[in-house]
Amino acid sequence: MKKPLRPSLIACRECDLLQRAVVLTEGGTACCPRCDAVLYRKIPDSLDRTLAYALAAAVLFVIANTFPILGLDSQGNHTSTTVFGTVRALHATGMSAVAALVFVTTILIPAIDLAALLYLLVPLRLGRVPPGVPAMLRLVQAAKPWGMVEVFLLGMLVSLVKLAHLASVHTGVALWSFAALMLLLAATAASFDAQGIWARVRVLP
Amino acid sequence: MCRRCGARLHPRKPGSVARTSALLISAYLLYIPANVLPVMETGSLFGAQTDTIMSGVVFLFVTGSWPLAALIFFASVVVPLAKLSALTVLTVSVQRRATWAPGWRARLFRIVTFIGRWSMVDIFVAAILAALVQFQTLATIRAGPGAIAFGAVVVLTMFAAETFDPRLIWDPIEDPIEEGRG
Repeated sequence: MKKPLRPSLIACRECDLLQRAVVLTEGGTACCPRCDAVLYRKIPDSLDRTLAYALAAAVLFVIANTFPILGLDSQGNHTSTTVFGTVRALHATGMSAVAALVFVTTILIPAIDLAALLYLLVPLRLGRVPPGVPAMLRLVQAAKPWGMVEVFLLGMLVSLVKLAHLASVHTGVALWSFAALMLLLAATAASFDAQGIWARVRVLP
Repeated sequence: MCRRCGARLHPRKPGSVARTSALLISAYLLYIPANVLPVMETGSLFGAQTDTIMSGVVFLFVTGSWPLAALIFFASVVVPLAKLSALTVLTVSVQRRATWAPGWRARLFRIVTFIGRWSMVDIFVAAILAALVQFQTLATIRAGPGAIAFGAVVVLTMFAAETFDPRLIWDPIEDPIEEGRG
């Protein structure tokens, strides 16, 4: 076990103010006194909670991407679409750039995010350190701003209201799965603690 | 190099002001076609109709769904404009080593990174409608070229927010515990 050089000093990630780290109580948050950014948190049972939320989110992610999000009935015609169906429709009308943007933000990034989290958390929970922890943590951090599941959900609701004038619209199973997925992803992010992971990696062989 | 995770360390993000400015200028340029070109094209028995972002908002307002019109107006017009101008103010102030209201500017940066993503709503709506409204003879909806430009504006401003280093806001300001450094 390596001993850190100055265990009690940390720099704020947003304003670089150097300050002494304090010991937090369970559920506490340390904020920078100068710029008010969150420095670190102490989340009770962080690993167990994050793993549980991430596993549930992975199941819902599969459902949300397999079943239709919305269906439409108009004079005997019926259409419905999945998330990937919207990507295909954009691609088919020559909007490949927009199709790629939708694919990356609503399917690819959430999938990478969940896969990276499970890759880290499952072995750690079983008491082993998976190879490539730093790269995986960086991947989780970098993917964060690009996952837009909650924005896509709002887009579905707006489409629902817009179409309600024109035809009878049905909500699909995937729409509800998306709503639950959004909540679970938020819970996963809120209970995830990178510092806690490092602490565990240092203790384990 | 970081001893624990092997990341390359920089005192500040490299070339932050130059990169953010370049991304912002590109975003401003693309903001014009994003608003002038149609984002959605509707074809039906009664003829074709093209909608830009603004005409889409006006149409929603006129047809009576004003809460929806307000939502789309906020997400597609207010948010991108606010994000572009906020990042411009931040970049210029950092370039000039301004010392006014650093706490307020730090908060502004945090808000900007948080709300920027919501501009994507219009793109997603266009995608969903294009996939759903495909009644060959009755009506079809497809995304227009404005959607490409608008999507590019959102992506560019997100990259601009990522290359901006908020530590630069605090650099010209006296550090109360400077002696703790090193």
